[in-house]
Amino acid sequence: MPLCIQGGNSKAFYGRKIEAEQFDVSANSGVISYEPTELVITVRAGTTISEINEVLANHDQMLAFEPPCFSTTATAGGMVACGLSGPRRPYVGAVRDFVLGIKCLNGKAEILNFGGQVMKNVAGYDVSRLMTGAMGTLGVLLEVSLKVLPTPDYELTLKGEADDATAINLMNQWAGQSVPLSAASFYDNNIFIRLSGHRNAVIAAASQLQFSEYSDGEHYWQSLRDHEHDFFSDNKKLWRLSVPSTTKPMNLHGQWFIEWGGALRWLKTSEPVEQVRRVVSMAGGHATLFRGGNQNDDVFHPLSAGIGNLHLALKNAFDPKKILNRGRLYKEF
Amino acid sequence: MSLFVDKLKRLLPKELIIADEELLRAYECDALSAYRQLPSYVVMPESVDQVQAIMRLCHQENVPVVARGAGTGLSGGAMPVEDGLLLSLAKFNQIVHLDPDQRIATVQPGVRNISVSEAVEKYGLFYAPDPSSQIACTIGGNVAENSGGVHCLKYGLTVHNILAVKLITVTGELLEIGADSLDSAGYDLLALMTGSEGMLGVIVEVTLKLISKPLNNRVLLAAFDEIEEAGKGVADIIASGIIPAGLEMMDNGVIKAVEDYLHAGYPVNAAAILICEVDGAEEEVDEECRKVKAILEVAGASDVRVARNKEEGDKFWEGRKSAFPAVGRIAADYYCMDGTIPRKHIGSVLNRIDELAKQYKLGVVNVFHAGDGNLHPLILYDVSIEGELERAEELGGKILEVCVEVGGTITGEHGVGIEKINQMCVQFNAEELVQFHAIKNAFDPKGLLNPGKAIPTLNRCAEFGAMHIHRGELPHPDLERF
Ligand SMILES: Cc1cc2nc3c(=O)[nH]c(=O)nc-3n(C[C@H](O)[C@H](O)[C@H](O)COP(=O)(O)OP(=O)(O)OC[C@H]3O[C@@H](n4cnc5c(N)ncnc54)[C@H](O)[C@@H]3O)c2cc1C
Repeated sequence: MPLCIQGGNSKAFYGRKIEAEQFDVSANSGVISYEPTELVITVRAGTTISEINEVLANHDQMLAFEPPCFSTTATAGGMVACGLSGPRRPYVGAVRDFVLGIKCLNGKAEILNFGGQVMKNVAGYDVSRLMTGAMGTLGVLLEVSLKVLPTPDYELTLKGEADDATAINLMNQWAGQSVPLSAASFYDNNIFIRLSGHRNAVIAAASQLQFSEYSDGEHYWQSLRDHEHDFFSDNKKLWRLSVPSTTKPMNLHGQWFIEWGGALRWLKTSEPVEQVRRVVSMAGGHATLFRGGNQNDDVFHPLSAGIGNLHLALKNAFDPKKILNRGRLYKEF
Repeated sequence: MSLFVDKLKRLLPKELIIADEELLRAYECDALSAYRQLPSYVVMPESVDQVQAIMRLCHQENVPVVARGAGTGLSGGAMPVEDGLLLSLAKFNQIVHLDPDQRIATVQPGVRNISVSEAVEKYGLFYAPDPSSQIACTIGGNVAENSGGVHCLKYGLTVHNILAVKLITVTGELLEIGADSLDSAGYDLLALMTGSEGMLGVIVEVTLKLISKPLNNRVLLAAFDEIEEAGKGVADIIASGIIPAGLEMMDNGVIKAVEDYLHAGYPVNAAAILICEVDGAEEEVDEECRKVKAILEVAGASDVRVARNKEEGDKFWEGRKSAFPAVGRIAADYYCMDGTIPRKHIGSVLNRIDELAKQYKLGVVNVFHAGDGNLHPLILYDVSIEGELERAEELGGKILEVCVEVGGTITGEHGVGIEKINQMCVQFNAEELVQFHAIKNAFDPKGLLNPGKAIPTLNRCAEFGAMHIHRGELPHPDLERF
């Protein structure tokens, strides 16, 4: 019997719709171990992201990839399965970069451990990272170990005006010049950047840039991370376009929100699905119908034939009867 | 095989095929020279088309293929297999494309690690993973091993610093995995490829992430009378919220060897030294340096020196970087281990290694990536003394088992290869090994790519006697013992 794995149900809008028995795994929760000096936290997959954030904050540490919480119920398992990361991602890494190990259940109901709690580990294939972003199609996550980082001493948000092409240029330039960037976005002719690090170093760097300090920075980045910003408040179809950071403003009509220093672009458009995918493919990126699209159709960017076949073969390696979240990522598996 | 070589000659000019035994000798092992096997042929293709053609032929003829970069691997990963083909990527040595604005470099797999940073230095950029072997090892080998280096503590391993690879599958198909964007649709095949030890495909191109060079850096050298205090110093720095660019430890045996070798000015009476590098903006470096110094003094350092200038900093590092050749001078042979452990166990594990060494009547010295908890015990032996190699290997195995016991892993960056294949049976149970084989099977059903490496068969584990037995029952008695 096919199963639909469900954690906090905060990202039900994400991915394809599937008809399957609900398998609620949210009760498997709680922090298993956390040692600030080891920079590692191990949690059961049902632990909420907000609980993890709180535990870490008590020791001035954080999940550096700033996972989005589209609702307070969002869990660690969902976070890893969806593989989404927030504004800090281009500068410190994505969720996959911080996953050190997992315990999971494959489609044959075997409990397996991969990776571990140490920083460097090359024993066996990197199954922990393979599962990250696999939308639960390869296994049910039971526990995850994550690398954590110290919270920066000091953060400052700056705001300035520019058009989109200039903004993209600037954000790329700064990233190549040792500016202590920890986030960079552009919307409605405004660039917002966040600088993080040692206090004096951040202040010195800020004084080099002709931008003004923006006092509500913390709220701004949180609202962008969790899609509470006004841009995301309507119910229009929302595209997530992941492209090379230097990609020029793209030839698609609609409203744009650029983040990740140019590498992630949110688009609300009425252009046909095929047109969006075509333009994004040409730019060397991929397009996800993030929210509000037809969840019975392709949500994620179609794979090339060769890569698609490999996906099928890997699905078969983990879940030969195609029980787990079948169709959530792509129709065929 | 002779029919096979005729077909090979139709695919490649004959100067790209090596069949002469004398010349083949150069390829019989990697840097773990205790394991050797002469290949039947070595091929040195120059183009992707040729690699594809070679793979198609080998697949059709069921000939195993082992890819090879520079052969600096330390686990026997690039050791040839009997009746197999060794595929050298040495001629793939071009940087294909540099894009300083986007901060990426696309390179062929045979490009040497250091030449990437050299090529982009003029843009104020560098490629972060810097294995000690970086003047020789190749980017293809780095991806296949997920290599690290002294700056990985802050800047990450190979897996954190690549964006895409082009892969030739066992059937000769060209696949593009990853992209110039920060993520790709579907499974994270890029992560799966990284560290896969040439078992899943042949890498023919890699796109690397470049990062901007830190404006300043400074190096500290701290001496300790007790090894535990040095271990505590490491944990305390991390606990204070500082992530240094590098944090390395050397014990007395290595300190002495290095001092004899190049007179770096190391304190020869110290039980251990730590070398710590901090980098960033000037204000940041000043402050972190001050903090690190204070932390190390509290942890018990008998002396903390801060390099006054770049020359002195380079000198501190030079000793670390020549540790391997220096140890090579004090022992006829040495055997380098690679376990990783939680940092808090550094002191106690080093002491246990010392006890084990006494038991096995062999010397062990240590030089390692302390900030990551990645140990490199160097077991000293003399292959000409009967039984020493076997004792060294057994001791190595025991050390790795200690690493697993304290919650660590048998390999942090050198890979399993052929060397640690038995210890894989200690770290993973039968179901997990079966899952690994299923992954391999998804890419290479005939098992032609680097066969016999990285993942042990269940039979092998049963013979080694380390199969995990749960609740007194052999797991999956019904499973095929391949
Ligand atoms: C003195 C010394 C110091 C070292 N220091 C470090 C260190 O600090 N950190 C570290 O991580 N390692 C270190 N190493 C180990 C070694 O240098 C690395 O593992 C390196 O990445 C191997 O690169 P290579 O080109 O020599 O690969 P090889 O040894 O030729 O091959 C290694 C593995 O990669 C596979 N492979 C090679 N090229 C390809 C390809 N194109 N496609 C698919 N598979 C391929 C091979 O089949 C093999 O399994 C050190 C080694 C020495 C000798």
